[in-house]
Amino acid sequence: MEGLEGLRRTFRSGRTRGVDWRKAQLLALVKYLAENEAQILEALEQDLGKHPVEAYRDEIGLVKKSAEHSLLNIKKWMAPKKAQLPLLLFPSRAEVLPEPLGTVLIIGSWNFPFSLTLDPLIGAISAGNTVVIKPSELAPACSSLLCRTIPCYLDSEAIKIIEGGSDVAEQLLQHPWDKIFFTGSPRVGRTIMSAAAKHLTPVTLELGGKCPVILDSFSDSDFKVAVKRIASGKWGSCAGQACIGIDYVLVQQKFASLLVESLKSCIKRFYGENMEKLQNICRIVNNQHFDRICKFLEEPGVAASIVYGGSINREKLMIEPTILLDPPLDSQIMTEEIFGPLLPIITLDNIEESIDFINARPKPLTIYGFTKNGKLKEQILQETSSGSVVFNDSLIQFICDGLPFGGVGPSGFGRYHGKYSFDTFSHEKPVMHRTFFLELEPRHPPWNEFKMDFIRLAYKFDYVGLLLLLLGLRRMFTPNRSR
Amino acid sequence: MAVGVEEVVKELRSTYTSGKTKTLEWRASQLKAIIRIATHHENEIVEALRSDLKKPELESFVHEICAVLSACKLALKELHRWMKPQKVKTSMTTFPASGEIVPEPLGVVLVISTWNYPFLLSLEPVIGAIAAGNVVVLKPSEVAPATSSVLSKLLGEYMDTTAVKVIEGAVPETTALLEQKWDKIFYTGSGKVGRIILAAAAKHLTPVVLELGGKCPVVVDANINLKVAARRIISGKWGCNSGQTCVSPDYVITTKEYASKLVDVLSAELENFYGKDPLQSKDLSSIINAHHFDRVTKLLDDEKVSGKIVFGGQQDKTNLKIAPTIILDVPDDSLIMNEEIFGPLLPIVTVNKIKESFDVINAKGKPLAAYLFTNDQKLKAEFIGSVSAGGITINDVALHFAEAGLPFGGVGESGMGAYHGKFSFDTFSHKKAVLQRGFGGDVAARYPPYAPWKLQFLKALLRGSILGVLRALLGW
Repeated sequence: MEGLEGLRRTFRSGRTRGVDWRKAQLLALVKYLAENEAQILEALEQDLGKHPVEAYRDEIGLVKKSAEHSLLNIKKWMAPKKAQLPLLLFPSRAEVLPEPLGTVLIIGSWNFPFSLTLDPLIGAISAGNTVVIKPSELAPACSSLLCRTIPCYLDSEAIKIIEGGSDVAEQLLQHPWDKIFFTGSPRVGRTIMSAAAKHLTPVTLELGGKCPVILDSFSDSDFKVAVKRIASGKWGSCAGQACIGIDYVLVQQKFASLLVESLKSCIKRFYGENMEKLQNICRIVNNQHFDRICKFLEEPGVAASIVYGGSINREKLMIEPTILLDPPLDSQIMTEEIFGPLLPIITLDNIEESIDFINARPKPLTIYGFTKNGKLKEQILQETSSGSVVFNDSLIQFICDGLPFGGVGPSGFGRYHGKYSFDTFSHEKPVMHRTFFLELEPRHPPWNEFKMDFIRLAYKFDYVGLLLLLLGLRRMFTPNRSR
Repeated sequence: MAVGVEEVVKELRSTYTSGKTKTLEWRASQLKAIIRIATHHENEIVEALRSDLKKPELESFVHEICAVLSACKLALKELHRWMKPQKVKTSMTTFPASGEIVPEPLGVVLVISTWNYPFLLSLEPVIGAIAAGNVVVLKPSEVAPATSSVLSKLLGEYMDTTAVKVIEGAVPETTALLEQKWDKIFYTGSGKVGRIILAAAAKHLTPVVLELGGKCPVVVDANINLKVAARRIISGKWGCNSGQTCVSPDYVITTKEYASKLVDVLSAELENFYGKDPLQSKDLSSIINAHHFDRVTKLLDDEKVSGKIVFGGQQDKTNLKIAPTIILDVPDDSLIMNEEIFGPLLPIVTVNKIKESFDVINAKGKPLAAYLFTNDQKLKAEFIGSVSAGGITINDVALHFAEAGLPFGGVGESGMGAYHGKFSFDTFSHKKAVLQRGFGGDVAARYPPYAPWKLQFLKALLRGSILGVLRALLGW
């Protein structure tokens, strides 16, 4: 493929290793966001019908914050970390030095076409790599905008945007990358990992899963806040087409009707009274996904469980925020990731049953626990497994630079954000420095009893014993006589 | 044959689900069991290693038993600290909130080990897996059968067999194991098998650690304490299982003028260490089996190489012994310079200027380790900066492997993932991000219907500007 050899050459030249280059690229990225804000907002409107406030919050603002965080910390991240050594190895010192991996590939996704390409890019640049980004072809306006405008700001000999569909992705995967960073579905994740195996390329897979909400009992005022956060965690970010978006809610039977009523009024206030007045919510990305989501609703048991919404507009690719109460657990909507604006509510007799409910299903990317009960919190933490856990809020873990973001099991592996992005694109190279001074003869053959004793003591870090051994059997310390 | 691999995994999974392996007590009890194995059965282990590799007792003790013991003791001592959640600073954007990272076990993990350090390379990953609270299947290498069977016996006797299992066997068993769904696979061995493992893991989206090898170079600069350097090179090459070690020096690069001096000192010290007839020395391991013996000797048969032996070269096929052998000025296109040697042959490549060595190294796949002997500070810095390798030791060989404070692992062709000390614990843990929020300070700007002031507010918030936030709220 054209240009890839050029990226390798650039990497070999060493130019991307300097802190100045890295900072310059990050600054250029910040400048890019500032100067192209209008175009970016427009492309997102075109591809997904994303409202500017949502677009700024989830894409432009997020990337900008990430880049600025990197700029602030990059020097610290690049510095070698000292390691503690035992006295036995005196005189020596050791450190762990982060080094760039080389030429890396970032494959983005269509739901957040800017943040899911540019946020990993910040990590790759911060770590000093050369990069190819393949944006998703399913968000064509964003992909083409990136391809046209990024080269005007970033070093085009080190950072390339390659547009295209699965054929291009396949070609790209033939190459020996030093890392592949992928955001998307488990199905494609498997393909990518198999392709990476040929070249022993390490992979980060940011996948998804069915992220549950566990909703405990609350006072009225807290309940209101919780419902708002659930509503925006479901519909507020790309109409539920988000890997950390809420998939379904687990709640006690007795609170179910209150929850449904509160959600309804919340939806009306946030997104409009009805299908005609629908606003502030993204559309579905394309026909195929529209059909996929509508198919969930067509199952008879599921259709019967709709308690709010359910209207669709194929022309505009819009689906109304929809609430379903206790759809059959073996229906597709409860076995597949929904990735759309449908919210099943599953009722339980006891909220503690939610633990088993979640554990009976694949590990999700996130569990949202809405509770003030410390015991339940501890149970969620200790007895379930997920990429992350958020208590009493939704989605905001994504903007915490201090927290690693990534999945576990079927929700993916590897992590990023903040320093973790830097680490993901770095090799932590241990470096040990020794001098020629003080050579411990017992390290070397020919082996004998004395050396065996010495080493036994040394491994116990028994310095007194060692001293005695050395003093008592000193003549053996000269190699010529030790045989 | 692969009897009931599926059942074994099922049993392990139900043990894991029971939650018992998550407790500190269980983890500690299993680590203590490993310590008992290594201390009470030293002779048995040494004998197994002698039978598999003719490994000298001291090497077995230092490189295998002691290394296992110190890894285990460190884990026991530090475990409660490693298991603690780590507090994380949260920003103004998510205020008020508190964040922490909670390490949790991955689940059911598979450790596939190798034959050159069959005891250490089996148990050190197992130590990490147990410390992190996982249940484990260990597949020792069938190429070191005596050690494999000792491991199977001792682990069966000492450890919780509902949570730690040894499955012995060769390719069919490994294939059967790889068909199962694991939560992590930890493999030590060759790049060829590493690719197979990675491809098999892809089907289940299983994360993999690959500890591979590569051609580890030693660059020898002039004006150094050559005697000490030579002894360290010999210890790291022939004193480590006759070069059958992933971090052993594979080849040496030095300047044309310094080469003969280096060969002289190496030869003299080799004779000091192993005597006039090294084939008789009890301090040298043999080659693991006839297959590898043929592989290594074939490297010498190459006509580009055979005339360039300056030391050693003796072979004893019946006892699978090859004498320490030094080959000077091998051409770059010879077989020996294009494959990992993994045996007692040491080619020396000469260059005009020592800095040219960087290009020689960088033209090959990234090695697991790179070594430099020098007193020149500038050369050191340049070497560290421009040579990519799993790890680097300056003025010594292989020592970084022994240091639990350093992550051990490869990069590129030499593998992925790292372990040792706390890094082993991390390798077998998932770092779960946990964010706690209260219900106070709920910000309307997060929610639709959207208005211009909300955009302004968010901009200020993400910028971390308190003033901007206030301004947006007050409507200025």
